[in-house]
Amino acid sequence: MEIGLVELSRLQFALTAMYHFLFVPLTLGLSILVAIMETVYVMTNRPIWRQMTKFWGTLFGINFVLGVATGITMEFQFGMNWSYYSHYVGDIFGAPLAIEGLMAFFLEATFVGLFFFGWDKLSKVQHMVVAWLVAIGSNFSALWILIANGWMQNPVGAEFNPDTMRMEMTSFFDVLFNEVAQAKFVHTVSAGYVTASVFVLGVSALYLLQDRHKDLARRSIAVASAFGLAAALSVVVLGDESGYSASHTQKMKLAAIEGMWDTHDAPAPFTVIGFPDQDARETHYAVEIPWVMGLIGTRSLTQEIPGINELVAESAHKIERGIIAYDALMTIRDRRDATPPEVRATFEAHSDDLGYAFLLKRYVDDPRDATAEQIRMAADDTVPGVAPLFWAFRIMVALGFSFIAVMAYFFWRASFRRMQFPRWSLYAAVAIIPTPWIAAELGWFVAEFGRQPWTVDGVLPTAMSASHLSIADLLITLAGFLIFYSVLFVIEVSLMVKYIRKGPFQDVEETEAWQARHEARLRAETPAPALASTPAE
Amino acid sequence: MILYELIDYDILRVIWWALLGVLLIGFALTDGFDMGVGALLPFVARTDVERRVAINTVGPVWEGNQVWFILGGGAIFAAWPPLYAVSFSGFYLAMFVVLAAFIVRPVAFKYRSKREGAAWRARWDWALFAGGAVPALLFGVAVGNVLLGVPFYLTEDLMPMYPGNFAVKFLGLLRPFALLAGVVSLAMLLMHGAAWLSLKAEGVVAERARAIGIKAGIVAAAGYALAGLWLAIGVDGFALGEVAANGPSNPLYSEVARGGTWLSAYAERPWIAIAPILGFVGIALAVLGLRAGREVSTLLWSKLGIFGIISSVGLTMFPFILPSTLDPDSSLTVWDASSSHQTLFIMLVCTAIFMPLILMYTAWVYKVLWGKVTEDQVSENADTVY
Repeated sequence: MEIGLVELSRLQFALTAMYHFLFVPLTLGLSILVAIMETVYVMTNRPIWRQMTKFWGTLFGINFVLGVATGITMEFQFGMNWSYYSHYVGDIFGAPLAIEGLMAFFLEATFVGLFFFGWDKLSKVQHMVVAWLVAIGSNFSALWILIANGWMQNPVGAEFNPDTMRMEMTSFFDVLFNEVAQAKFVHTVSAGYVTASVFVLGVSALYLLQDRHKDLARRSIAVASAFGLAAALSVVVLGDESGYSASHTQKMKLAAIEGMWDTHDAPAPFTVIGFPDQDARETHYAVEIPWVMGLIGTRSLTQEIPGINELVAESAHKIERGIIAYDALMTIRDRRDATPPEVRATFEAHSDDLGYAFLLKRYVDDPRDATAEQIRMAADDTVPGVAPLFWAFRIMVALGFSFIAVMAYFFWRASFRRMQFPRWSLYAAVAIIPTPWIAAELGWFVAEFGRQPWTVDGVLPTAMSASHLSIADLLITLAGFLIFYSVLFVIEVSLMVKYIRKGPFQDVEETEAWQARHEARLRAETPAPALASTPAE
Repeated sequence: MILYELIDYDILRVIWWALLGVLLIGFALTDGFDMGVGALLPFVARTDVERRVAINTVGPVWEGNQVWFILGGGAIFAAWPPLYAVSFSGFYLAMFVVLAAFIVRPVAFKYRSKREGAAWRARWDWALFAGGAVPALLFGVAVGNVLLGVPFYLTEDLMPMYPGNFAVKFLGLLRPFALLAGVVSLAMLLMHGAAWLSLKAEGVVAERARAIGIKAGIVAAAGYALAGLWLAIGVDGFALGEVAANGPSNPLYSEVARGGTWLSAYAERPWIAIAPILGFVGIALAVLGLRAGREVSTLLWSKLGIFGIISSVGLTMFPFILPSTLDPDSSLTVWDASSSHQTLFIMLVCTAIFMPLILMYTAWVYKVLWGKVTEDQVSENADTVY
């Protein structure tokens, strides 16, 4: 593949997005775990839980700030690097991003400062509410981002307007309740909860192995394994839901993940392992389980799941329809209001496939001049890279199932074995700390790489979406991000390690002393207007 | 859904034009003092504990303030997609510098005091300085360039194009008028940061801040006046031909002529003179307040001055949002660069619900955090504060 502007733009987006998602899952999960711990503190009034809240809260803060900082890049990069995309779908795609800011990000960012700085200025209950607001804000953020992303996967509730040369919203409701978005949201936040649970579990296991902070570690394991078990189950169930919705919204992605070249008689088998070969269009040495794919994908024994070859033939047909739409669009563009009504009617009848005509722009300036050979090549382009998807998906799923086992084991030991954990299990818990991140990044890879060659499935090809920048522009920013992000990563990890080594910075007696001071202070200040007039929650 | 026709398209466009202003002003009023404090840091605070006092005056609030920037990006994307597409790709490398500043700044706040060591902290202090001063300057430069017009054109498919070499494009932003606008912006935010420090810090930090703030206010007012004069004699304006105010959002459907001056807007709509007047009055009273050592009122006057200056730019250019020098017909205006009728309406409903909530809880947070940050507090809580 020739490395051009589009490839560099994709590389930069992939790098910055995947880097951003190193921090997001931990933010999503740890914010909730911290809020749970603080709730236990408020309910039981036992200092150890406050100590836990502060300790995990500190690690949360170190991680949170990089999630925020790298999120800024994401918010602006669409305009910087994907200007035609921004113009073409901004009418729909921009709305959830803006609502994310209004509804979610303001909430989490405004209260996160109070979480760290408000211990002495708020009552215990107020502070707990602040912790929950941060957690709710973070999770709502994910909701809106996934509504935006879900629309790229399954662009519902919108149609092309020839006067403005872009997609415009027809139903906000459809965009909001897009089934792909809803399944992805729960899948993604659950993955975040698993990530945070594995993290808390691993760090606590380290403390137990080192024979220090054992009270904090045992309780943390109890919370994390219970929360993590529920989350790990939810990830897999909602992953399955995503697979089901892909079978009717993103057939090509599903077929590519399965390495399923030809349509199989229903119910299709599931290929556990094999070696997909894109050129030969077959999967070598496939090990199959009969029926399973048909059951997952269609939840029936009679519906067929189309194979890649059948979908390519369908794409060729859509490209031909797209050319008709494109031809009509050119007439509308030139004649505007003077366009004959029958041309408008032709356009409307074919406009759903307009995006397929754009696939030809790689080969020919005007899609109407395309040869049969070019149409065949463009149709072939609708197949994403099968082998990377096939493998990424399988590794992700294997990790997903293993998290259920890990969480179930620790939950069982914590609940029914008096929190006694064998040393081998503690070593294992430490060792698996990086794995949820691997699973999460692979999940995004499957979602986004599997959508290629489109930015918006069936609507706008990636190759057309990029800004007309120069290669030099891209090389400068790519190098800048690489250096900058690498340095920040090293600093972040070193601070995490430092604060994990250091452990809880207030021991229990100190916490108790603080609590006494704090209560005295609150009693003394109660008549003062500043505190008396703070709203009750 | 037919509900959105409750409000006419052209009215929604004007409302969203005004909301664009609200967001930019909201950003300048809140994150503006964070940037100002960052840019003032090396000058108002010399010892580590002084620096920590200055940093902790904004420590609990910068995160929420920065959301104005992010929301600004999102709202431009949602309400003015062509503006989002054209401006951010057009100012590509400048935007990258701004992003770098906004990435390093949060990290600097959070990580600076997490390790001892003078070198570690000095490096983050530099990051805070650059993370405040550079965007404060560049936002002004960007506004200056918008007033001068930007060299882009739209293809018939509405793909934004910027011919030319990357270095020429980047350095081409640094035109003299734009630099002057950058100086106004930087000086204005320095004054704002100084007003904040004078309220939230005490002793030597507050004193130094006041001294610098007075000078910055004077520079801002003088630069602003000079820029107005420059606009009157040295910068060509733009004039929009006939356009349907509720027509489709296609910039190529209207014709734009160059010539005349932006300031002719003041002849057509004399009432808009209120904006520059508020700008001057606000700055003057803020400077006097800094001199007299008044605290709360000074911050409010500083806000008024910034409000006046930023809104004067928008009111002067109306209905233009982003004029093009290369192909004036491609210029983006209020009437042809918005989202669809329905999207504008839905976004307005969301804003009407959430903006009051945001303002309420933000006010509550500021109230909880009311009071000065002192050296004692910082020393006492050395482990937990920034």
